[in-house]
Amino acid sequence: MPFHAHKLPNGLQLIGETSPSMKSVAVGFFVRTGSRDETPAESGVSHFLEHMMFKGTPRRSADAVNLDFDRIGASYNAYTSEENTVYYAALLPEYLPKGIEILADILRPSLRQGDFDGEKKVILEEIDMYEDQPGSVAWDRARRIYYDTHPLGNSVLGTKESVGALTREQMQAYFTRRYAANNIVVSVAGNFDWNEFVALISAACSGWNTDKVGRKNRTEWTNASGLHLLTRAKVQQEYVMFMCGGPPAHSKMRYAADTLALAVGDDSGSRLYWALVDPGHADSADCSYVENDGTGAVYVSITCEPGNTAGNIARATDVLRAVQKGGITEAELQQAKSKILSRVVRGSERPMGRMQAIASAWSYTGEYRDVDTELANFEAVTLKAVRAYLDAYPIDQNTVVAFGPLAKLKGARAQSDSKAEPKAKARSTSKPKAKPKEKVKAKRR
Amino acid sequence: MNRVGQQVYQHTLPNGLVLLAERMDHVRSAAINFLVPAGSAFDPPGKFGVASVLAEMITRGAGDRSSRELTLALDNLGVDRDESVGAINMRFWGSTLARNVPAALNIYADIVLRPHLPEAELEPVQELALQDIKALEDAPQSKVMVELRRRYYPSPLNKDRRGTEADIKALTIGAVKAQYKRFVRPNGAILSVAGNIEWEPLKTQVERLFGDWKPGKPTEATPRRHKPTSAHIHKDTQQTQIALAFPSVPVTDPDYYNARAAVAVLSGGMSSRLFTEVREKRSLCYSVYAFHETFKTQGSMMAYAGTRAQFAQRTLDVMMREFHRLKAGIDADEINRVKAGLKSSLIMQEESTGARAGAIATDWYYLGRVRPFEEIQSVIDGLKPAAILGYVERYPVRDITLVTLGPAPLTITDGARVTAAVEAADKRAEEEAARAAAPAAAPAKPKPVKRVSKRK
Repeated sequence: MPFHAHKLPNGLQLIGETSPSMKSVAVGFFVRTGSRDETPAESGVSHFLEHMMFKGTPRRSADAVNLDFDRIGASYNAYTSEENTVYYAALLPEYLPKGIEILADILRPSLRQGDFDGEKKVILEEIDMYEDQPGSVAWDRARRIYYDTHPLGNSVLGTKESVGALTREQMQAYFTRRYAANNIVVSVAGNFDWNEFVALISAACSGWNTDKVGRKNRTEWTNASGLHLLTRAKVQQEYVMFMCGGPPAHSKMRYAADTLALAVGDDSGSRLYWALVDPGHADSADCSYVENDGTGAVYVSITCEPGNTAGNIARATDVLRAVQKGGITEAELQQAKSKILSRVVRGSERPMGRMQAIASAWSYTGEYRDVDTELANFEAVTLKAVRAYLDAYPIDQNTVVAFGPLAKLKGARAQSDSKAEPKAKARSTSKPKAKPKEKVKAKRR
Repeated sequence: MNRVGQQVYQHTLPNGLVLLAERMDHVRSAAINFLVPAGSAFDPPGKFGVASVLAEMITRGAGDRSSRELTLALDNLGVDRDESVGAINMRFWGSTLARNVPAALNIYADIVLRPHLPEAELEPVQELALQDIKALEDAPQSKVMVELRRRYYPSPLNKDRRGTEADIKALTIGAVKAQYKRFVRPNGAILSVAGNIEWEPLKTQVERLFGDWKPGKPTEATPRRHKPTSAHIHKDTQQTQIALAFPSVPVTDPDYYNARAAVAVLSGGMSSRLFTEVREKRSLCYSVYAFHETFKTQGSMMAYAGTRAQFAQRTLDVMMREFHRLKAGIDADEINRVKAGLKSSLIMQEESTGARAGAIATDWYYLGRVRPFEEIQSVIDGLKPAAILGYVERYPVRDITLVTLGPAPLTITDGARVTAAVEAADKRAEEEAARAAAPAAAPAKPKPVKRVSKRK
């Protein structure tokens, strides 16, 4: 599939993959910024700013933004993670010029005071919404404990206090600092013409500023701080999370880590599935590798009856220790690869999937990987490579956090849940990425 | 064998099983969607939740394979799968590379025709089912919709797939096997496959695998007479969850697309009325939406919002005002936006094997045929404000069932008073904002939380 790349003089990076047989086109602006790039006083600003991008520009009111997108039938939204803020639209090919014009326009927002005040209330509602979802709260707390002083533990949403205290001026300063052209990748995939795309983006974005961008704390992070218990009485289930280090996104070891995580904790046929879910001990038990800029992590997450918590922690610990010691079998490796092959192929069949995949690969490594290259990278994972990965990033050296109604747990450091707040220190070292399902905050719903 | 439209195929086996396929040459994958009319509506009294337990049990060993061997076999084929239970149908879902579909279908035939349903697996599955019930308590947005459907729909359509704790605990393996025997049958079942597949070999294989499947007594989920009831469920949460429903038309009705368009005017894109009025203009919530839901026998308008308790009544009033205001008119630009959105999703659906496998089965289930792309396209093109308003006249806002979950109950303000209520609340909010802004002009540090939008 033809791949193209082009950089504008102001540093804006354009990448694209053309697939004329597709019926639509997806375009996305990937801004390399997120909660890990916030100072403590700015906590929540990345996500709040993401909302504000839809509130209008010198040329468009907030209403006009929504109206113009809907008039072309765009399927559009945005999300914020710890390290990326992404604005995207899926479009019928004939509407690509208009879609680009709107996206490029909203990325230079007015940030009007009235809109800022109104949207702040929407964010506070969003925080309350997640506050009512124990699974979401548990992740926020657990990641803060694991990452300790590292900015990758920063909450994407922020707190009611931090968001409540944010000013328009702080947001404007953050915007100028982080939304410079040379901190953004524009990715496009599907049915479109590359030369036309370059011309459209050049016309819309050449005036964007260039700045000194980048990111501190890109060193690797790991933290085996033992067992923590956070008690919240009114929750029904117990949420348990194991966290440990993993290879960073730019590392070739990411393929071994991803494959192993699948063998350990995919939702069917994995070690954790057979040990915890199949016998009915836990409602769910998953393992996932999360790649980040400069570091990575492996998360295990379990939900269960509070009374089964200690038993499930012991079972999961046994699984992780056994894998650390003995690795996985050739059969498990092949099983995991079969699943990956199927998922990568299916994920690539829609423009949105390709647009995100090439942007992610490019942002982290500066390289383009087509579907077959990606498949070959997974196919090349051997048991020896898995061993090398485990030796470098042991999966049994964890921080474990249990969140739920349980009042006591043997061997755990108890903390009151209410404000297991960070020792909001400045940044130090590295960071992870969002746990896909749990941590990414979408604009709508 | 019929060829329906360009790339869609259909065949009914003598035992009643309907096979549907859509060939998509530009993809490498395929999706399998198998609907069997064994949904939770058919759970017998005292055994609520048995369909869900059966769906979990049915893959725990089948044919020549143990539970582990079966999972391993599907994993090795790269099948991502899900077995779930809806009100009417039990659904087996699998998606993988097209070249693995024949092998996957062999395994699905074992699952559906030759499950072991071993007694030893019952207890673990009961444990999972009980946790499923509990998990709902930690998910208020889902919980409020479950509680709405329980009260709004007539029996047996109102049964939640999770069943009840007491019934799950009391289940025996005999009851699970009886449920399987009675309801898992070919008549009424629909197997659909979409992706890069060949029709003739698929048809031959399905005839071979499922030809001997014995039909059973047909069943219909006939709704009983019912009067919906509203309710407030007290819960100590940050937000109040609001869910409501009232009657519309089912998918078989000529007014169906008018109803769909009406709900899209309210809740299609982000420029639609609910999002604009509740969130964009008044900042009352993060999440607000409406949708149309259909069974064969009845269709409904449904709506949801979640908001902090102090804004909940105002949020509900604004939502109701927008429902009532539909009859006052719909402008051409609104309809054009609705059409653009529907057209985009129709075309983009053609890029997803999962979406197509689902769509052709759904069409067949409701209509007994698959609607060609051009037909849907022309219905969308033909949408007119006058026809939509005609629908709104015929099916006005009435008999609302309201279920709320949170610290305090709410009330439905009636149509005659709702506009005045919204305007009065808007005025109060403006005055409050003015008061908040007046003293200590432009404080360096804005008050946390309590700001009110001055923009109208």
